Amino acid sequence: MRTFISVAAAVMMLAGPVQAQNTLRWASQGDGFTLDPHAQNEGQTHAINRQMMEPLIERRPDLTKIPALALSWTLINPTTWEFKLRPKVKFHDGRAFSADDVVFSYKRAMMPTSDMKDIISTLKDVTKVDDLTVHFITTGPDPVFPDVATNIFIMSKSWAEEHKVTAPQDIVAKQETYAVRNAIGTGPFKLQLREPDVRTVMVKNTEWWGYADPAYKDHNVDRVVFTPVANAATRVAALLSGELDFLLDPPVQDVARIESSGQFTLQRVPEVRSIFLGMKTNTKELASSSVKGKNPFSDIRVRRAMNMAVDVNAITKRTMRGQAQPAGYVLPPGVHGYHADLDQHLPFDVEGAKKLLTEAGYPNGFDVRLDCPNDRYLNDEEICQAVTGMLARVGVKVTLDLKPRTLHFPKIQNDTSDFYMLGWGTLTTDAYYHLSFMVLTSSTWNRTGYLDQKMEDLVNALGVETDIAKRDAMIREASVRSRDGYATIPLHTQFLTWATRKNVTVPITADNLPAFRYARFAK
Amino acid sequence: MVRFFLRRLFQATLVMLAATLLAFVLFNYVGDPVNNMVGQEVSAEERVAMRDRLGLNDPFILQFGRFIVSAVQGDFGISYRTQRPVSELIAERLPATLELVLIAALISVAAGVGLGIYTAIRRESWISRAILTLSLLGSSLPTFVIGIGLIYLFSVTLGWLPSFGRGDVTDLGGWSTGLLTLAGWKSLILPALTLSFFQLAYFLRLARAEMLEVLHSDYIRTARAMGLRDGTIHYKYALRNAALPVITIIGLKLGDLIAFAIITETVFQWPGMGLLFVQAVAFADVPVMAAYLCMVAFIFVAINLVVDALYLVLDPRLRVAAKS
Repeated sequence: MRTFISVAAAVMMLAGPVQAQNTLRWASQGDGFTLDPHAQNEGQTHAINRQMMEPLIERRPDLTKIPALALSWTLINPTTWEFKLRPKVKFHDGRAFSADDVVFSYKRAMMPTSDMKDIISTLKDVTKVDDLTVHFITTGPDPVFPDVATNIFIMSKSWAEEHKVTAPQDIVAKQETYAVRNAIGTGPFKLQLREPDVRTVMVKNTEWWGYADPAYKDHNVDRVVFTPVANAATRVAALLSGELDFLLDPPVQDVARIESSGQFTLQRVPEVRSIFLGMKTNTKELASSSVKGKNPFSDIRVRRAMNMAVDVNAITKRTMRGQAQPAGYVLPPGVHGYHADLDQHLPFDVEGAKKLLTEAGYPNGFDVRLDCPNDRYLNDEEICQAVTGMLARVGVKVTLDLKPRTLHFPKIQNDTSDFYMLGWGTLTTDAYYHLSFMVLTSSTWNRTGYLDQKMEDLVNALGVETDIAKRDAMIREASVRSRDGYATIPLHTQFLTWATRKNVTVPITADNLPAFRYARFAK
Repeated sequence: MVRFFLRRLFQATLVMLAATLLAFVLFNYVGDPVNNMVGQEVSAEERVAMRDRLGLNDPFILQFGRFIVSAVQGDFGISYRTQRPVSELIAERLPATLELVLIAALISVAAGVGLGIYTAIRRESWISRAILTLSLLGSSLPTFVIGIGLIYLFSVTLGWLPSFGRGDVTDLGGWSTGLLTLAGWKSLILPALTLSFFQLAYFLRLARAEMLEVLHSDYIRTARAMGLRDGTIHYKYALRNAALPVITIIGLKLGDLIAFAIITETVFQWPGMGLLFVQAVAFADVPVMAAYLCMVAFIFVAINLVVDALYLVLDPRLRVAAKS
């Protein structure tokens, strides 16, 4: 017994945490899936990895691009981007960074088991010119390749070879690879401890090239501790009780309470994501409707009426408690090619909507099923309930089908929904990404079936047009054509809200990926 | 006797098979894991290819057979979400759940039985009435309400105890324990209390009812007539007879604690198997869900088997029946 006590005492002393000067403790609903930077294209996974690893081009909190591991990038011919790399950069364990690592990382990200390969689908090849120069060869002209490059983290080639992780984790393999729980990068923080779903601890990488930059002279975060907390009420309690300094995702209904305590700063920014409802326009009849022989959504008057019957201002004000801004088309603010003057929803008009429905031959409305997720977007369930009530006022009887995301998204993928909710975000912050997925009829995420050949041609041409002014005009025209087809009911752009303790600042980013090199503790 | 036990063993195997089959049928309704596993840009063909590679397009019976064959060898595959072997994940999470369940069981048994006896002996006192009212609350309030209530009182308002996690854990050769550090104990108090509450109320009412019944029986009345001291009657004669059924039920009910732990673990972000399961459901992480359900079914079946074996030892009537 005595030995047990002395062992216990010794263990207790050892286990006592060594407090660094400034520890930033943060939480969000879920953990990153893996530390392998190319195995999962998922927000929280990137949010963890970006503290340790760097892309060639980095996004600042306002999402503008700045040099990271690349110093400059130029288009040397229509299909070749030349990147000049930053010299004298070292990985966390002292390995030198060079063009080999860049070539290796991009080739790794292009592999079949990589989840990032579809983002760099325009990339044909990547070659080393010299130790600090790399050429990216694209299948066609790709004006937005630098935007894409912000998403690919650079790994060390020799480290990956040493640990047999030259390919991203294969999901059907039996064993976990070394890269799932271990990582080195060139970034401002290095990994100290990784316990998936429990905690992840990182410490300041004092050797980081960025600390030589005056912009980071006052950087004073020595340690970052991340804990996923799944339950929303517990997350808020942990913040209020002083166990957390930064909460990435305070629940909408608790934001006012956190704010009123006076100890926290709440930052809001519209997320780069459009929340909208899509209507299937191209089938003979709607499977979920009792209207037979014709499809109400094929008639633009019906689609206009649906848009007029939904009061987006009421949804943002009441359902979203002000944590959103109304949308008029399916392109969110913050995306290159967004125009505030186009972002106008049809005015809310119940009588006008009824008149249009009567003209279209539905004086008593019709019935249809609305498919909604209940665990994906802020208040998704409540939004759909509100829409159901609003449409009832013009005679459209909506049967609501609420499902978790694992059941909702397959309906869109398998094209079995007549009327669905979807929120579309963007990784490249360029309208082309958004339009190609939301407008092209070939996209498996666009089930409206709404076809406007001119619009299709415009979007396809966007992908290879390198003249910026011409391209911008094309984006605008395609956007207007898409909006005025009314195949969707744009709802809003939800706000991201970050809560931080008053003694620390973490600048909010519209892509929801915090970067702690910009975080500062008050002196 | 051996035949009796073998028959029980055979039945237990059937129950396990049925539980696994049921779990597997349910997975057809949790949705498509592929959507969570790949980015939104991935094409439809890629998704189909992914489903093929995971064997999700195979006939049900083939998937089930494959699962059983690997599961018997302790291989539950690799988690879709964390990309780590499921058996390793479970082994990592098991200590947290077992420690939580152990402490919760100790609290609920000690306090439940103790208070049950007290309220049976001092039936009329106002303390007994207060305890009974509280126990009614314990058995009717949902666990997550109790948990959140305790967090707001002890973490947010008073600031005494942490609201989530396990505190500092020590690794003892693969078994991570929170019982060796102060922070670990502090983190354990609220979840253990929350988890024990329902069972505590249940044991209390059961112990009280059994005790009351025994106190009304003839031999107790005789003992009183003989002028024995209250203490002797209550603790020497009454308690022994009242305890038997209570102990049986406690044994059977401990399996429930593991099942109930799901909610408690979610509220307190306790890194145990229950939390792992909840996270797996949200992600349609079928390998983890399957392993968890098999695990829980196995624990229940094992407990029942042990109880059966104990009956055989304790109850002579069963032995006779087994022989004939």
